[in-house]
Amino acid sequence: MLRLLWLVAAIPFASAAMLALFGSKLSRRIVATLGAGSIGLSAAISILISIAFLSSPPPGNAYVQHVWTWMSTGGFQPEIAFYLDPVSLLMLLVITFVSFLIHLYSAEYMQDDEGYARFFAYMNLFVASMLVLILANNLLLLYLGWEGVGLCSFLLIGFWYQDPANVRAAAKAFIVTRFGDTAFAIGLFLLFTILGTLDIQELMHRAATQWTVGSGVAIAAAALLLGGACGKSAQLPLQTWLPDAMAGPTPTSALIHAATMVTAGVYLIARTHVLFTLAPQVQFAVAIIGAATMLLAAFSALAQRDIKRVLAYSTISQIGYMFLALGLGAWSAALFHFMTHAFFKALLFLAAGVVIHAVHEQDMFRMGGLRTELPLAFWSFVIGGCALAGLPLITAGFFSKDLILWQSWAGPNGSAWFWIAGMTGAMLTSLYTFRLILLTFYGPQQLHVKAHSGASVRLALVVLCFFSIVGGYVDTPPDFGGVPALSNFLNSVLPPLEVIHSHPITETITALSASTVFAIGLALAFLFYRSQRARVPEKGILQQLWFAGWGFDWIYERLLVRPFLWVARTIKSDPADALIRGLGDIAMLSNRALRATQTGRVRWYAAGLAMGTVAILAVAFFLR
Amino acid sequence: MVTLFYLAGILAIIATLFAITRRHAVHALLYLIVSLLAIAIDFYTLGAPFVAALEVMIYAGAIMVLFVFVVMMLNVAEHAMEVERYSLHPKNWFGPALLALVLLAELVYSSLTSINTPAPVGVVGPKQVGTSLFGTFWIGVELASLLLMAGLIGAYHLGRQVMEKEGTKHAADTTAARLDISRDLIHAGAGRTDHAA
Amino acid sequence: MLNASGLAFIAAGSRWGQPDGQVMFLFILAMAAAEVAIGLAFVFLYHRKQSELDVDAASELRG
Repeated sequence: MLRLLWLVAAIPFASAAMLALFGSKLSRRIVATLGAGSIGLSAAISILISIAFLSSPPPGNAYVQHVWTWMSTGGFQPEIAFYLDPVSLLMLLVITFVSFLIHLYSAEYMQDDEGYARFFAYMNLFVASMLVLILANNLLLLYLGWEGVGLCSFLLIGFWYQDPANVRAAAKAFIVTRFGDTAFAIGLFLLFTILGTLDIQELMHRAATQWTVGSGVAIAAAALLLGGACGKSAQLPLQTWLPDAMAGPTPTSALIHAATMVTAGVYLIARTHVLFTLAPQVQFAVAIIGAATMLLAAFSALAQRDIKRVLAYSTISQIGYMFLALGLGAWSAALFHFMTHAFFKALLFLAAGVVIHAVHEQDMFRMGGLRTELPLAFWSFVIGGCALAGLPLITAGFFSKDLILWQSWAGPNGSAWFWIAGMTGAMLTSLYTFRLILLTFYGPQQLHVKAHSGASVRLALVVLCFFSIVGGYVDTPPDFGGVPALSNFLNSVLPPLEVIHSHPITETITALSASTVFAIGLALAFLFYRSQRARVPEKGILQQLWFAGWGFDWIYERLLVRPFLWVARTIKSDPADALIRGLGDIAMLSNRALRATQTGRVRWYAAGLAMGTVAILAVAFFLR
Repeated sequence: MVTLFYLAGILAIIATLFAITRRHAVHALLYLIVSLLAIAIDFYTLGAPFVAALEVMIYAGAIMVLFVFVVMMLNVAEHAMEVERYSLHPKNWFGPALLALVLLAELVYSSLTSINTPAPVGVVGPKQVGTSLFGTFWIGVELASLLLMAGLIGAYHLGRQVMEKEGTKHAADTTAARLDISRDLIHAGAGRTDHAA
Repeated sequence: MLNASGLAFIAAGSRWGQPDGQVMFLFILAMAAAEVAIGLAFVFLYHRKQSELDVDAASELRG
C-alpha cells in the first residue's frame, strides 16, 4: 500500500498535463471532473497510505520510495525519491484533503470564467508541486517543488492577466520570493559543498556529527535557509507580496496563500530543524521574526478595507505564530497550528469568496447586514473567525494557539516577552476578526445579493466548518483532556519541547489568559464597530500607517526599485557598446576631416605638392 | 664676363617678377620671354654656348611662342583681368611667398655651408656635348624621342575631339551628368551620416 | 621653374667642366616641350567646355 506513494504526486501532474494540452477542447464537466477528481483521488490514496502507515509502521518509522535517479555527475547523484514519515504524512493528509475541498468549491465558483481549464491545470500543477515539496527525500527535489509552487503562484495570481495590475501583483510576488529562493539556493550550495550530500536524513546526520553548536557554517546555512523560508512564507522583511497577491481568484488565495504554499517555509524549517538547533542564534532570530511579523501584520489587518486583504494580513500574522513556535523549539506545536490554520483559513477565504461573488464587492465598508441573506457564509465566518481568534474549547484554533502560547513561556528559549507578544497578538486577532464579521454581516444592508451558491460550495464550507471545530482535539493539553496524540505521533521525528519554566504561569493560566484576551478583543470590536457612526473608514495617522502595511512597500520602492530602474534607464543606451561604436565614430570623423582636403581644385592640389616639397627639403637640409 | 653674368641674372629676376604680377596674360608671357633670353645670356657666360642657343631657339622661340599663340587665340585675357586682380591680393600670395622664403633660406644656407670652392669657368663646346649625348646618354635620347612622340600623339588626339562637332553635345551631356553625380554624392554622404547617428 | 632647375644644372656642369649638365638641360627642354604641347591641348579643351579658363571651376573631383 505504501508503494502507491508516488501516485499521490503523479496523478495531479498527469491531470495538469492533460488539462494544459486538451483542456480547451473538453467540456466544463469533464474539466471539473478531471481537475477536482485527480485531487480527490490523491486524497483517497493518502488516506489509504496513512491507514497503512499507522497500523503497521515501517522500520524506523520512515518509508523511502526511490522512483529514479535524477542525474549522476561526479559525486552528485540526486534522486527522485519520496520520503514518508509522520511529519510528511501529516502535511500530506492536510494538503490533499483541503486541496480537494477547494477544488470542489472552485468547480462551481469558477464556472463562469473563460479560463476554466487553464485554472484547473494551474491548480493541479500547484498541488503536484506542493506534494513533491513535502514528500521530497532530498533538498534538491524539495527545491524543485519550491520553484514549482512559486511558478504556479505567479500564474494563478496573474490569472486574469488582461488587467495589468494583476500581472504586476504576480510579478511582485515572484520577485520578492525570488530573494528568498536565491538565499535558499546559496544555502543548498553551501550545504552540499561542506557536507557532500543533499539527502535530508543523511544531511541532518552529518551536520549533527561534524558541526559544533554555534559554528559559523551552521549559522550561515541556517540563516540562508531561513531567508528562503521568509520569502515563501511572507515573513519580515519579505512579506510585502502577500496582500497584493489577493488579486488572484479566491480559491487560489484560499489554497495557495492560506493553507499550503505559505506554509512551505514552516515545513522547511521543521524538516531541517537539526540545522537550526545547531545554530541557536538563527533559531532565536526565527522566533524574533515570527513575533515581530505577527504583531505587525495584526496591526495592519486592523486597518484594511478589502475583505481579502484582512485575511491576507491575518495569514501573515498566523504564520508568524508558527515561526515563533519554531524559533522556540516547539516544532510539533508549529505543525499543529499549521493544520488547524489550514482548515479555518481556507474556510474563511472560501466564505469570503461566497460573499464577494454574491454582492460583487470587496470593500467591507460598503457591505453590511448580510447575515440574513447569506446564512451559510455568515456561520462559516463565525466558526472560522472564532477558530482564528481562539474561542476556548470548542474551536481548533484555540488548542493550537494555546499550545504555542504555553510553550512560549515554558520552553528553554521562552521568555515573558514572547508570552506577552503572543497574548497581544491573540487579542489583536480577535479584534480584527470580529471587526470583519461586524462590518460585513451586521448593520444596515447596503448591497443586494445577486447570486447564491450551489451544492459544491456548500459542501466544502460545511466540511471545513466541521474540521475547524473538531480539528483541535487531536492534541489536547494535559489540563483539558490530556491526549497529546499529535505531538506523540510527531515525536519520532520532531523532538518534544522540554518544559522548563512551569511557574508562575502554568498551562491553565495560559489558557485562561488566552480566553480572556479573546473576550477583550470581542468586546472592543463590538464597542468600535457595532454602532452606526463607526462605519466610516478610519483616517488617523496610525490607521494610515497600518493600512499601508507599516510602509514596507514605500521603503522598498525607494530603496530598491527606483535605483534599479534608474540604473536600467542609464545604461539603456548601452555605454559598454560605446567603445565599439566609438571606433566607428572615430573612422567617420576622420573621414569627414579628410574629405575637406579633397576640394577638387587644381590649385589646391598644386599648393599641396609645393608645401610637401618644401617640407621634405627642409627636413633634408636642416636635419642632416 | 662675371659682371655680365650678374647683370643678366638681375635682369632675369626682375623680368620674372613682372611676369607673375601682370594682370594681362599676354604681358606676363612677354615678360617671361625676356626672362628666358636673360637666362640664355647667363648660360653663355657660364661657358655653355650650345645650350644658350638652344634656350633661345626652343624655349623662347618655340614653347613660349606656342603659349602666346594659344592665349591670343582663346582671347580670354581681357575677361580674366578682374580675376587676376583678386589673386594678386596679399592674402592670396602670402602663404606661398612664405614657403618660397623658406626655400630661399634653404638655398642660401646650403650655398654658404658648401665645402666646394669656386673654380674657373671653362667653355664646354658643342662637340663635347654631342659626344656625351650620343655616347653615354644614348638611352636618354631614345626616351626623350619616345616622350616627344607621346606628346605629339596626345596633342593630336585631344585636338581631334575638339575638332568634331560633337564637342558641344558632349559638353551638354556631361554637364547634366555632372549635376546628377554631385547630387548623388551629397545624398550618399548624408545617408551615411544618418545611419551612423 | 624648369628653367631655373636647368640653370642649376648648367652651372654645376660648368663648375666641373663636364658636358653632363648641358645634356641634362637638353632633356629638360624636351620634356618641357612635350608637356607644354599636351597642357595647351588641355587648356583648349577646357575652354571649349566652360568658355572660361577659371581652373577653380573645374572641381568635379571634389570629395
